Amino acid sequence: MDFNLMIEVTPLLVKAAWITIDISIRSLFFGFFIACGLVFLQSFQFAPIRWFARGYISVIRGTPYFVQLLLVFYGGPSIGLRLDPITCGVVVGAFNIAAYMSEAIRGSIESVDSGQVEASRSLGFGKVQTLVSIILPQSAALMIRSIGILAIVLIKNSSLVSIISVVELTYQAQRLIGSTYKPLEIFTLSAFMYVIIIYAVMGIIELAYRRAMRYTTL
Amino acid sequence: MNTERNKDEPMIEIRDVHKSFGDLEVLKGINLTVNRGKIVSIIGPSGSGKSTLLRSVNHLEVIDQGNILLDGVQVNRPDMKGLQFERHINHIRQNMGMVFQHFNLFPHLSTIDNITLAPRKLKKMPPKIARELGMELLNRVGLASKADVFPNWLSGGQKQRVAIARALAMEPKVMLFDEATSALDPELVEEVNQVMQSLAEEQMTMLIVTHEMGFARDVSDWAMFMDGGVVVEECAPQKLFSNPDQERTQNFLRKHLNS
Repeated sequence: MDFNLMIEVTPLLVKAAWITIDISIRSLFFGFFIACGLVFLQSFQFAPIRWFARGYISVIRGTPYFVQLLLVFYGGPSIGLRLDPITCGVVVGAFNIAAYMSEAIRGSIESVDSGQVEASRSLGFGKVQTLVSIILPQSAALMIRSIGILAIVLIKNSSLVSIISVVELTYQAQRLIGSTYKPLEIFTLSAFMYVIIIYAVMGIIELAYRRAMRYTTL
Repeated sequence: MNTERNKDEPMIEIRDVHKSFGDLEVLKGINLTVNRGKIVSIIGPSGSGKSTLLRSVNHLEVIDQGNILLDGVQVNRPDMKGLQFERHINHIRQNMGMVFQHFNLFPHLSTIDNITLAPRKLKKMPPKIARELGMELLNRVGLASKADVFPNWLSGGQKQRVAIARALAMEPKVMLFDEATSALDPELVEEVNQVMQSLAEEQMTMLIVTHEMGFARDVSDWAMFMDGGVVVEECAPQKLFSNPDQERTQNFLRKHLNS
């Protein structure tokens, strides 16, 4: 192991790691809203709207993220969809994770006992008030934990955007290997950085989970 | 309270109510009137439709045919759609207190918040006044010391008493009890019955679905035996429980009183 080299390339990898974090956070942020939209669409009485949401989720879950990324980045321009690499990574990441996240959100909402809804409605609360005051506080803990798992998936998925030449952690590692011919050192270092990022995320999730657990008995 | 004046004024009117779940017709044309300040108990074997009937009054079950009126206002409104019906039913429900077999207290809220949530959010009652109201109600069900405790720390009987207080907080015109003591250990039934008894003494209009034959006999003004989605027999409780006319009622009571 060439430790001097490892120390030398660390600043470059740390910088690239920020791109990884940046892409992941933005994907998670937009993905959350898309996921909420998908949950909402599935509550429609009008069946075709529900089918659209279910269909979208099936297609996204039924195809590899890698293929989705390549399709949008290389196929998109043919239909006028030109995205720069980072935007493409964020957008595809968001739309991808939203499919999984909508299922996680729906599952956590459905895990709340139906008697809770009946009790709330019987007091005269409307659907939205019931959701906000009764259902969400009780499903928050489970929701946080499931979304946290997806955040970790998202961070690891972000290594795939290296294929469309976004200079994130994995692409930077490959570049450095191209000039130093030391894959063991550099990939070890980049793997270690992923571990740090992911453990930090897990810590945040755990704290949020414990906070939310105060309000739940599930 | 002005209960003397309109003693025979109908509070809940159930008229020719039909309800099916798929091919199974669980209510086959039920009629019942509960007058102001009166207590009506519905008994019957499980699957008889008695809980469905009670839930229909609160529109937790949507009836297929017939009418249900609360204090002269029609509860089911097949002519109303979407948000218009939402507003209508939310308003109606604020006048009905419902108590469930499994309490359905909100586990993420303290006892007092369970009680005050609806007055605060729906009646825009200031928190301080809501808390006073909540404490008064907790006092009434004998649980003032449990105000800031979460429901999980309460026994079944205590939970049900809080649930009754929660329903009372909206000052409902009627109280609906859906097997309020069925999920309780036998030794906890009495404390809930006592609270219901005290409501009876205050002339609260009540519709009670119950398995507690003794309690139903003692507090009710009227008793109804249902089986297979029809009313088999209804009369004064003293008669229904000691000397019913119908054989089905006799069989049911014999089984129930022996077990």
